[in-house]
Amino acid sequence: MSSILTASIGRKLLMSITGLFLISFITVHLAINLSLVLDDSGKLFNMGANFMATNPVIKIIEPLLGLGFLIHILWSLNIGYQNWKARPVRYQKTSLSKSSTWASRNMLILGTLLFVFLIIHVINFFLVIKFNPHLMYTVTVNGIEMEDTYTLVASLFKDSIAYCILYILGGLLLGLHLSHGFWSAFQTLGLNNKYWMKRLQVIGRIYAILVAIGFSAIPLYFIIKF
Amino acid sequence: MADKILKKLNIKVWRQKNAAGKGRFETYTIENISTGTSFLEMMDILNNKLIEKGIDPIAFDHDCREGICGTCSLYINGHPHGPDTEVTTCQLHMRKFKEGETITVEPWRAAAFPVIKDLIVDRSAFDKILQAGGFISVNTGGVPDANVIPVAYEDAEEAMDAAACIGCGACVAACKNSSAMLFVSAKVSHLAKLPQGKVEAKKRANNMVAKMDELGFGGCTNTGDCEAECPKSISITNIARLNREYIVSCLSK
Repeated sequence: MSSILTASIGRKLLMSITGLFLISFITVHLAINLSLVLDDSGKLFNMGANFMATNPVIKIIEPLLGLGFLIHILWSLNIGYQNWKARPVRYQKTSLSKSSTWASRNMLILGTLLFVFLIIHVINFFLVIKFNPHLMYTVTVNGIEMEDTYTLVASLFKDSIAYCILYILGGLLLGLHLSHGFWSAFQTLGLNNKYWMKRLQVIGRIYAILVAIGFSAIPLYFIIKF
Repeated sequence: MADKILKKLNIKVWRQKNAAGKGRFETYTIENISTGTSFLEMMDILNNKLIEKGIDPIAFDHDCREGICGTCSLYINGHPHGPDTEVTTCQLHMRKFKEGETITVEPWRAAAFPVIKDLIVDRSAFDKILQAGGFISVNTGGVPDANVIPVAYEDAEEAMDAAACIGCGACVAACKNSSAMLFVSAKVSHLAKLPQGKVEAKKRANNMVAKMDELGFGGCTNTGDCEAECPKSISITNIARLNREYIVSCLSK
């Protein structure tokens, strides 16, 4: 049992469990974010944001989510180092483009870029909402007074094309990362066989495309509309 | 119909005196090679020419030359066992190459497979993994009646597909992480699918994976290069099975 955390498969198990946890977070995140496009008055998004900020279940999950990110990122570096060490002398000529996808071979690079995006994203929104709410406006929706998260998000996208492009890129990178990560998580957990291989890969790709389009569409909507 | 003749080829090959040597690439020119020649025959012809010139011949592994022993290796033009699919280097033919082409020939590259000389690597790490758990207990005594233990047709087929692994190491050579997971998964699977393999099942995956890690192979990132380059087309579904067996193996301790 003790070897499960240190063995190569054990380390990968942690990657897939935290990965699937982050996937569930991303799904909820995207669902709420889409209300940015559905309602220009911002009511719907503010209600969603307020629900997430006040719900006791989410309050418990929030630190777990932070831990999930931390483990997923730290372990990826550890695994990356071990894998890099396993081939001290590189090939002069390799030809892997036909036998594997680019995303599958570059998960660490995609992950690093996503980490950079995550830091910017956290500075943009999370830190303001969590620790500097006095910087935000308040708004009353359906009789409840709440922070105007919609204005915080919308004004960033309305004011800056550069941020819009950054967030579009973030969405696309996340899609690429998930195009391999989704089915890979199931494979690592052993939840795969000759029947489910193709199915999981197809479901993973569809999910990745939905995530990429979903997240990228929001800043794109603000560029076009405002 | 007579085979086409390749008038000139450049063979860029890794030369390394011994395990401690530094090693470098050397390019040799070879002329008039029939496209019906196997890759290893071409290497034999090249070696004859080198000997005539007083140059040390290129050392490479080979044995059965009919694609079943797993002794030959070589990383040719970016592919283990060369550009053809589902064949070992000995079954690769020169018709897969073009006139005037420069063919790059490298040894398998992995920390766990150190180069011994030129293109020969030490693959005894695979033996050590097998010794750690790739076996079954068999009682001594009289030979049991064939078919006395019922085995489902599907299980027998899947066990046989996994048992097709010849242990050549192409999976390790192909993998960007030099991971031995396809090899280990094939060896675990062909026993896991059969009743004879159940006796040590709980320990097997754990012990073999521990040995694999200890020997310095990398981890699996599910790129699928191993399956694509495997001369016996061992499926990566075996890796999912190994992961399952491993989790069960860990939880039962």
